[in-house]
Amino acid sequence: MGDETTKPTKAPYLLIAPSWAALGILFLLPLLVMFIISFGMRGTYGGLKPIDDLWAYILSGDFLANYKRSLEPLYWPIYWRSFWMATVTTVLCLLISYPIAYYIAIVAPARWKNLLLALVVIPFWTSFLIRTYAWMLILRTEGLINTVLMEGGLIDKPLDLLYNEFAVMIGLVYGELPFMILPLYASLEKLDLTLLEASSDLGAKHVSTFWRVTLPLTMPGVVAGVVLVFIPSIGQFVVSDLLGGAKSMLVGNLIQNQFAVARHRPFGSAIAFELTAVVLLLLFAYAWWAKKRGQEAML
Amino acid sequence: MLTPEPATRAASAPESVETTPAFVGPRAPAPRGAAPFPWERRLLGIHSALVYLFLYAPIAILIVFSFNAARQTARWEGFTVQWYARLMENTLILKALKNSLIVAGVTTVVATIIGTLAALALARYSFRGKGATQATLFLPIIIPEIVFGAALVTFFGAIQLRLSIWTVILSHIAFSISYVAIVVRARLAGFDRSLEEAAMDLGAGPVQTFFRVTLPVILPGVIAGALLVFTISIDDYVVSSFVAGVGATTLPLQIYSMIKVGVTPEVNAVSSLLLLATVVMIVVSQRLQQEPGKGESRR
Amino acid sequence: MSVSVDIAGVTKRFGDFVAVDRVSLQIRKGEFFSLLGPSGCGKTTLLRMIGGFEFPTEGVIRIGDRDVTWLPPYKRPVNMVFQSSALFPHLTVIENVAFGLRYKGLNNGAAKQKARDALALVRLEGFEDRPPAQLSGGQRQRVALARALAMEPEVLLLDEPLAALDQKLRKEVQLELKNLQKSLGLTFVFVTHDQEEALTMSDRIAVMNQGRVEQLDASHHVFEYPKTEFVAQFMGAPNFFTGVVKSLAEGLLYIGGRTEADIRARTTSDTWRPNDPVRFVVRPEKLDLRTKSGTSDGEVSIEVTIEDRVYQGVNTVWVVRGDDGERYMIYEQNDRPFQESSRFRVGGRAFMSWNPRDTVVLEKKS
Repeated sequence: MGDETTKPTKAPYLLIAPSWAALGILFLLPLLVMFIISFGMRGTYGGLKPIDDLWAYILSGDFLANYKRSLEPLYWPIYWRSFWMATVTTVLCLLISYPIAYYIAIVAPARWKNLLLALVVIPFWTSFLIRTYAWMLILRTEGLINTVLMEGGLIDKPLDLLYNEFAVMIGLVYGELPFMILPLYASLEKLDLTLLEASSDLGAKHVSTFWRVTLPLTMPGVVAGVVLVFIPSIGQFVVSDLLGGAKSMLVGNLIQNQFAVARHRPFGSAIAFELTAVVLLLLFAYAWWAKKRGQEAML
Repeated sequence: MLTPEPATRAASAPESVETTPAFVGPRAPAPRGAAPFPWERRLLGIHSALVYLFLYAPIAILIVFSFNAARQTARWEGFTVQWYARLMENTLILKALKNSLIVAGVTTVVATIIGTLAALALARYSFRGKGATQATLFLPIIIPEIVFGAALVTFFGAIQLRLSIWTVILSHIAFSISYVAIVVRARLAGFDRSLEEAAMDLGAGPVQTFFRVTLPVILPGVIAGALLVFTISIDDYVVSSFVAGVGATTLPLQIYSMIKVGVTPEVNAVSSLLLLATVVMIVVSQRLQQEPGKGESRR
Repeated sequence: MSVSVDIAGVTKRFGDFVAVDRVSLQIRKGEFFSLLGPSGCGKTTLLRMIGGFEFPTEGVIRIGDRDVTWLPPYKRPVNMVFQSSALFPHLTVIENVAFGLRYKGLNNGAAKQKARDALALVRLEGFEDRPPAQLSGGQRQRVALARALAMEPEVLLLDEPLAALDQKLRKEVQLELKNLQKSLGLTFVFVTHDQEEALTMSDRIAVMNQGRVEQLDASHHVFEYPKTEFVAQFMGAPNFFTGVVKSLAEGLLYIGGRTEADIRARTTSDTWRPNDPVRFVVRPEKLDLRTKSGTSDGEVSIEVTIEDRVYQGVNTVWVVRGDDGERYMIYEQNDRPFQESSRFRVGGRAFMSWNPRDTVVLEKKS
């Protein structure tokens, strides 16, 4: 009330200006620069090659060279692996998270709820790097599992648990799990339990109450969780770098390589931009879905 | 979504959950309405316990190993704190820690101020570009960090800004503002505007009202946001790995390079310490984010 | 009597919505004045404009002889008790009450003393160092009251301060508030949607509807002599009769069309002309249900059909329908033990009678 109809005030602009400046210069502008540079050519020492005749450069079609290159069959396996690993991660996270979110939100005793939730929130914020590293301790040749199995006499040669797709998969699920549990919990928490009782009262068995009432009503949480897990998974490079081998390279590693090792920024920028485009598409799809359902997006 | 609310419903309406114990035995009260059968509850409970084990076992193992006298193997060879003692002599780690504290400190102060101002603008006013601002504030959180890092390093290269500790700080500020804005805004959403009206009614001008009423009331939210940002900044590996200049190695960068060389007990020790520090900050931050007015009368 | 608050032609629009529509009224010094009406009638907006939390789209507001229309709240000699109490959660009770005194130039010690006096006024000694979170709803509102009173305002504004309290506590606090107001001789402007509450405390009441003041009168007058259908309805007298003016003489209106003999009713208006349609009401407690048409003492009697009987404890409500199709409510005091059977039975016929002096003629519609 009030503020809208009284004379316009400068206050909000003064308050928001620093954020606009910071995000404009340090977020939007860099994205724009990266987009422009993705059309450039690499110079001799990894920098940008100056372009003498911009018009001729554009006409020659060379400006698309990085994008053309990124579509070469050489990189297909990387994209494919990134996609299916992110998908499997997402599905696994969903299957693991729903029951525990349900437990915390509906089944657990009230006085435990905050503690149980906090136990999910803590890994949500603590160092991804260190939590990934912990798996190296467990999986490596001299790691916990191999040591226990060898000591127990169950195997006589250490298993190759680390540096493969299996290890990457564990790392991804482990790292992303809280991102799935929390939105699911948030929507289960909002669920009106009398609706479940009504469903039972009307003759639905528990399983069918779940499919016909619980799941549809918590769909916003499911979709938010899927988005929140899929996006970081597809851009991941720490997990695959630490737990994966050469054969489990993901698109994140490909990008990182162009900047850190190959020093081909234009090419790296092109792939990074393609990744951004995929992510934004996903987000738009999500926003569209949420709007269609007439709900406020949970993200 | 990124600030998972504590179980507010659990606190306010203990209806269906209060009376039911966690792992319900055979003599449990008859399931109310759609509440799961005892065996369903038990299954959910067991599943949840396993998930918590999955989330915390690696962390526990890491901490236990940091006290293991064995240098190479996972075999327990006695308790020692020598790895922690050695950290104190490791100049690389100490230097990295110092860098990290500088980066996180400056980032926290700057991002907290800018983010709080933005939250005030968003919560209190309607202004041109509000929707776009909200979307833009949200993007740094959801866009893969690798894109963020790649864009920033490309941008710094384009404007010929030499990579240093300052480029790290600028980058961290860029992604931290969003977190503060979101946390503080959530706090402001529950803010009773009549508090400010009461202050003005009692003779306080707008500035006095802000410092004597608004700020003290939202302070827990601001501190929560600040702690969160400090944690994220001190934990960040991905973005820093792109934008850190020579001599600007932060703790996660240092840990990463040590990990790449090989698993060592020193890494376990420093990781454990970092983990502990961030967990403390997260727990405090979470407490502060809980319901205004509930259980936090500070007198 | 001198004027404390003068509201002259005040309108407040929020976009297309007119919250307050050309309101003019004067609040006298030292009176307990209530703005009464349903939610959304504009009473709170009007109060907030007096407090300086909203500014009028049109019109002028004066406090004393000062034009305060565009003054911010912190420059006005008025203070408010908020519906939510609006106690600062980060300050103790005493710090809350002393909050504004610093702006009056009081040093810390003097401010504390004054705050203590204010707390004593609302009988909250001993609560000085509690945080607001540890107070009950009634105590919170008392602190809010003390906080406003400590400022020694010329006018105290109260925005439904009792709405959150339970029924019993509310009744207590109402009397307390009224006594406090009387003993301090302070001007109170009180907003409420509860007619009983307004009647209990107020010297005068302005009944508001859709942004306009429907009636402004002494409180018993508003109750006994509603001027419009809305006020009658709001004051619990939903018994509407329609008639035709026969003649007007010496403040008496002769109404025909309903009974054989004309109904005599008082009127203060002299704009009535013969054959004007006229609406009037009779309060339910002033109606009687009879088995016979009793025309003695000039009583008015109308034959009706009994539709329902509702036991309400103190009263029994008879719902009846006239032959013109209008429904009426009659309160019968339960001064005898309850019995299932009665002289009247639902579905039967009976006579509804009243003393003609209880006929309240509504304002002529223009």
